[in-house]
Amino acid sequence: MKLFVLTFLNGLTLAGLYFLVASGFTLVFGLMRNVNLAHGSLYLLGAYIGFEVGDRTGSWFLAVVAGFLSGAIFGVLLQILVFRRMEGQELRQTMVTIGISIVAADLMLAIWTGETYQFEPPDWLYGGTPLPFVKIYPTIRIMVLVVSVVVGVALWLFLTRTRIGMMIRAGVDDRGMLSASGVNVQRVFATTFAVGAGLAGFAGVVGGSALSISPGEDTRYLLASLIVVIVGGMGSVPGAAIGALMIGLAEQFGLAYSPTYSVVYTFLIMVAVLAIRPQGIMGRA
Amino acid sequence: MSTVADVMPGTTPRWLRPVLTYAIAAIALVIYPLIVPDFWAFQIGAQSLFLGVIALSLMFLGGYGGMVSLAQMTIAGVAGYLVAIIGGNSLNFGPAWPWWAAVPIAIAGGTLAATLVGVIAVRTAGIYTIMITIAIAMAFFYLAQQNYTLFNGHSGFASILPPHVFGIDWRTPIAFYFLSLLVAVLSYALVLYLSRSTFGIALQGIRDNARRMRALGFNVTAHRVAAYAMAGFIASFGGVLLVWFNSRISPGTVDTGPIFDILVIAVLGGMRRPIGPFVGAVIFVLLENFAIDFIDRERFNTLIGLCFLAIVLFSPDGVLGLWDRLTVLIDRAGAANRMLQRPIGNADRTQPAATGRPIPGRR
Repeated sequence: MKLFVLTFLNGLTLAGLYFLVASGFTLVFGLMRNVNLAHGSLYLLGAYIGFEVGDRTGSWFLAVVAGFLSGAIFGVLLQILVFRRMEGQELRQTMVTIGISIVAADLMLAIWTGETYQFEPPDWLYGGTPLPFVKIYPTIRIMVLVVSVVVGVALWLFLTRTRIGMMIRAGVDDRGMLSASGVNVQRVFATTFAVGAGLAGFAGVVGGSALSISPGEDTRYLLASLIVVIVGGMGSVPGAAIGALMIGLAEQFGLAYSPTYSVVYTFLIMVAVLAIRPQGIMGRA
Repeated sequence: MSTVADVMPGTTPRWLRPVLTYAIAAIALVIYPLIVPDFWAFQIGAQSLFLGVIALSLMFLGGYGGMVSLAQMTIAGVAGYLVAIIGGNSLNFGPAWPWWAAVPIAIAGGTLAATLVGVIAVRTAGIYTIMITIAIAMAFFYLAQQNYTLFNGHSGFASILPPHVFGIDWRTPIAFYFLSLLVAVLSYALVLYLSRSTFGIALQGIRDNARRMRALGFNVTAHRVAAYAMAGFIASFGGVLLVWFNSRISPGTVDTGPIFDILVIAVLGGMRRPIGPFVGAVIFVLLENFAIDFIDRERFNTLIGLCFLAIVLFSPDGVLGLWDRLTVLIDRAGAANRMLQRPIGNADRTQPAATGRPIPGRR
């Protein structure tokens, strides 16, 4: 029972982390039809820059802010300098993001070497919190879960209750019509990219605090984002939440009960969804 | 019908051009390993050839089928792992069957894996293909890394050597070069043949307009899956050569780096013609081996990533696309010159334009 509950909690926190990364990915895809394969690089970049800021200022909160901002700035630069120039050429855009992710991974390896970094979160996040069945559970992981739920709700409110959120949803449905009704689509794109990329950088700091940061994490979270949005449906934030829950739980239960085949479960979920609902659980045909 | 250009002195008849090109290429490819040091035959020559074969399988899928799959290195890896597990390795894991049993099983296994990838990937179309195949490829990498019962985890398998057949040790550089050349030539011929077969024409029709082809009564899904199987068959041969070349295989062989490398090679050379991937592979292997002279060995990925970006941004048809544009310019300049030298009354304005080599279209 203890193993089960512990695995369940680990699955939930991992799902929270996956949601933070994948929600930005799915938002950008839904609006711009642009598969940003450099999304994992944004995660790692946010984590490293957040670490530097946290290390110099001694403030973990500044590190979180820096993670978000670095992701957002890099994302907006990508949108303005690269994607705007090749609108509508999906394959070319995707290939460019692959090229960028190759170069970014190599440059980050050059700057921050192959070492593993660990954040120093504030004292109240250290240690454990008593919970039923498992006696004690790391506070920081509970924090990851809480943060992802808060971000999820905030994102939902942003999309459904604000003017710019309305524009983004309209853009997902019909980009041409949105533009024709007098909205500056480029500004909507830049905003979406900033939020999506910023969330990846933010997740980098949060994930780096709960786990650790090292080269190769970029591809791990890219794979997670890909599978989460394939399963959940492209462009849907609730879909990303459902997908993240399924993948996070599958991964942790797989690791706990059959460690050498755990990735197969994740894979089988993807195949099953593609077989039954190719557009994803919450995706529109 | 002979045109002015055909009978003009100094220009070869049109039918002779491809024959001459192939003859020169064949002679060069056969003489090359005999006159260069072993390093150039093995490290540069053979490696370019089998990497070209794997990239060729991607070119076939992407260029003719419009499906850019990032799982081609994974298929090659599946075939490589099968050779390692079945054909004997330093761990004495698996049955250690002779090559004539292990290699066909590896090719069949790779083709089967590719067919399964195809069945999964064709559920969606367009940009989703790249996402799903990349997810499959990465999942296979993590599986190979975490699984010790079948893949021997992180360390993989070592001492996988090409066999001695007909009294020749196929591991010696020159023999291995010719083995790679044979595979490359056969794959190239197969892709050329397929591209002109009924199947290939239908596949290109599906690439250009799947809806219309479906309306014409073609089974679009079956054609696409068959294309994946065919590409997997070719990539499997590349995979067997790859594992013999390295004499080992580990999860690193199918990691994100190599997965992207195949795409880089195909795009670098150009995805429109089957020769493109081989051109790309030569450039890639040369850069990989000699970039150390210009930059830090560790920063090779930055260099190749930037080359890839430059090609994607400025010449979407790869190096071959650049070459085509160049030859068209030269031909046009030559035609213009000839037109100027001709007596005015005789100048037929439509003729010189026709001598310019047409830009190879998506055909």
